[in-house]
Amino acid sequence: MWDYTDKVMDFFYNPRNQGTIAQKNDGEKIVTGEVGSIACGDAMRLHLKIDEASQTIVDARFQTFGCASAIASSGALTELLIGKTVEEAQRLTNREIADYLGGLPEEKMHCSVMGEEALEAAIKTYKGIPLSNHEDDEGALICRCFGISDNKIRRVILDNGLTTAEQVTNYIKAGGGCGSCLAEIDDLLADVENERQLGVTVATELHQAKEPKPLTNLQKITLIQQVLESEVKPVLAEDGGGVELFDVEGDRVKVILKGACGSCASSTETLKVAIEARLRERVSPSLVVESV
Amino acid sequence: MESCIYLDNNATTKIDEQVISAMLPYLTTYYGNPSSMHTFGGQVGKAVNDARKQVASLLGAEPSEIVFTSCGTEGDNAAIRAALLAQPKKRHIVTTQVEHPAVLNLCKNLEKQGYSVTYLSVNGQGLIDFDELEASLTGNTAVVSVMYANNETGVIFPIEQIGQMVKEYGAIFHVDAVQAVGKIPLNMKASTIDLLTISGHKIHAPKGIGALYVRKGTRFRPFLIGGHQERGRRGGTENVPGIVALGKAAELAEQHLADIDEEKRLRDYLEQGLLTLIPDTEVNGHPVQRLPNTTSMGFKYIEGEAILLSLNQYGICASSGSACTSGSLEPSHVLRAMGLPYTVLHGSIRFSLSRYTTQAEVDRVLELMPGIIKRLRDLSPFNNDQSDWLQERQEAILA
Repeated sequence: MWDYTDKVMDFFYNPRNQGTIAQKNDGEKIVTGEVGSIACGDAMRLHLKIDEASQTIVDARFQTFGCASAIASSGALTELLIGKTVEEAQRLTNREIADYLGGLPEEKMHCSVMGEEALEAAIKTYKGIPLSNHEDDEGALICRCFGISDNKIRRVILDNGLTTAEQVTNYIKAGGGCGSCLAEIDDLLADVENERQLGVTVATELHQAKEPKPLTNLQKITLIQQVLESEVKPVLAEDGGGVELFDVEGDRVKVILKGACGSCASSTETLKVAIEARLRERVSPSLVVESV
Repeated sequence: MESCIYLDNNATTKIDEQVISAMLPYLTTYYGNPSSMHTFGGQVGKAVNDARKQVASLLGAEPSEIVFTSCGTEGDNAAIRAALLAQPKKRHIVTTQVEHPAVLNLCKNLEKQGYSVTYLSVNGQGLIDFDELEASLTGNTAVVSVMYANNETGVIFPIEQIGQMVKEYGAIFHVDAVQAVGKIPLNMKASTIDLLTISGHKIHAPKGIGALYVRKGTRFRPFLIGGHQERGRRGGTENVPGIVALGKAAELAEQHLADIDEEKRLRDYLEQGLLTLIPDTEVNGHPVQRLPNTTSMGFKYIEGEAILLSLNQYGICASSGSACTSGSLEPSHVLRAMGLPYTVLHGSIRFSLSRYTTQAEVDRVLELMPGIIKRLRDLSPFNNDQSDWLQERQEAILA
């Protein structure tokens, strides 16, 4: 049985700010942020009402599918958010959510991370930043079972000062499925530690936007094929997976996905997203990957 | 927690008062070693042999076919390893995807040692396909290890049909009957089973005692190598109080088989009640071919741990195959092997009854569950299969 604090149990039995936001006044905007999926076992939809003049969150509500600590973390997040400005909210980390509840069991820290991610999604929506340009999606996919990129793992390591792969699993689930990426997570931990010592901030190198090149159809297809062959396939092959280009219609890239981690069906979805991110970065930002 | 409604008997059971009375003298007065050459030890040896007869009687076996072990996991390990050691040239094992970790993880470990293992799939009702079984068997198959009844769903495999096929291919047939024993009649005299595992704490004996049935004539190698105890089939000084307790528990279980229908009636009453009172609820596993005490039910759109903790608030003990309960991040391998949708997988709860379960207890669960489920569904962003978000995710997953 989990060792939950009294506050976690209180926030589970008596959820704070559950539900949706229907009413708004002039000058207020309602946005939502969604994270997780029913496949992965927890999902959250965060609703924010923001006063546009003062940029202040005047109401926050949640709907959460998940365990007691997921529900408690969601309530804690809304309590922390109400009254904050958008700028203040943006600085909120999963650690504050966990601390607000008097701590969470290590294995449940991912519940607090889910709250942080839902908040990020909501703020991006509010600011009109497309979610597909989320920096997380641009990294290389590390955990195929739960669809987690290296950037996301790096960030959680930095934010929470993590030192072991087991901790990374507890915080964002990466490595908690088939376990085949645990060695890669160890490498990332070593990388982050090296970078930390060198005083290099990881975040700066993540946004090196590239000029999209005008391409002919033939050039585009050739380039897509090249990227798949040289950058995507080798990564997938390490875990017995693969991808074949089936067809390209305008910006729709149709691919056949093979042999993803069979233990979690959501891996197919995340695989698709990761391939799409890579092709958008290398070929054209308007590409859409479809699995056939 | 002083009083609770205990509906988690597939996890472990309350020790019967009569079992405690039977074992206590062997923790106090009769502490002798059954191997000793004096009357003080000898009388303890007699108690061990009486217990062996009681266990044999429950299984329809000869006392000489019973080897006492420390638990179900030891029984499974001992059986499978013995079967492999007895046939060193055969390098193949057949089991199922829904076995207990005691068998599943042992098989995975044996794969690393060079054995090949076939993990038979199950259908949506939790049953195996005989064509798949037959196709998997070869002259190289050393052992087939299949559970009698599943701990999570209670689904009972057609053991004798499987056994007949196993015999045709000359393999040793091991059955993990930890959940089945005491709940359905077993008779080794009319069975194809060579090795059968049972555990004490599932039948109202204490933890730390189990037994392995070894059919007379089956070549056997000990798992624990040491003294001559258990006729050389299991080294180590006997856990005498545990053995005496298991004997008594076996005797009581045999008596109780006569009124197991009452347990089934209560289980059906609970199951039907929940299906009637709570929408979007499903029973997992074959509706009939199931243990009389077990029901695994999926309450869609919510998560199992949240249901368990809500029940816990009222002193009701059940269990869940959800990822969050186990800490493994992935839901039950049994329910996944059955191909259940994620909406059901994460919200599945197991209620397992015992001879102590009362009508009043079941009524209390029926009174509380609808409110618990409704509260959690009101919190969930998913509330029906048509939810646009869920739909979108499911489509993405299927793509």
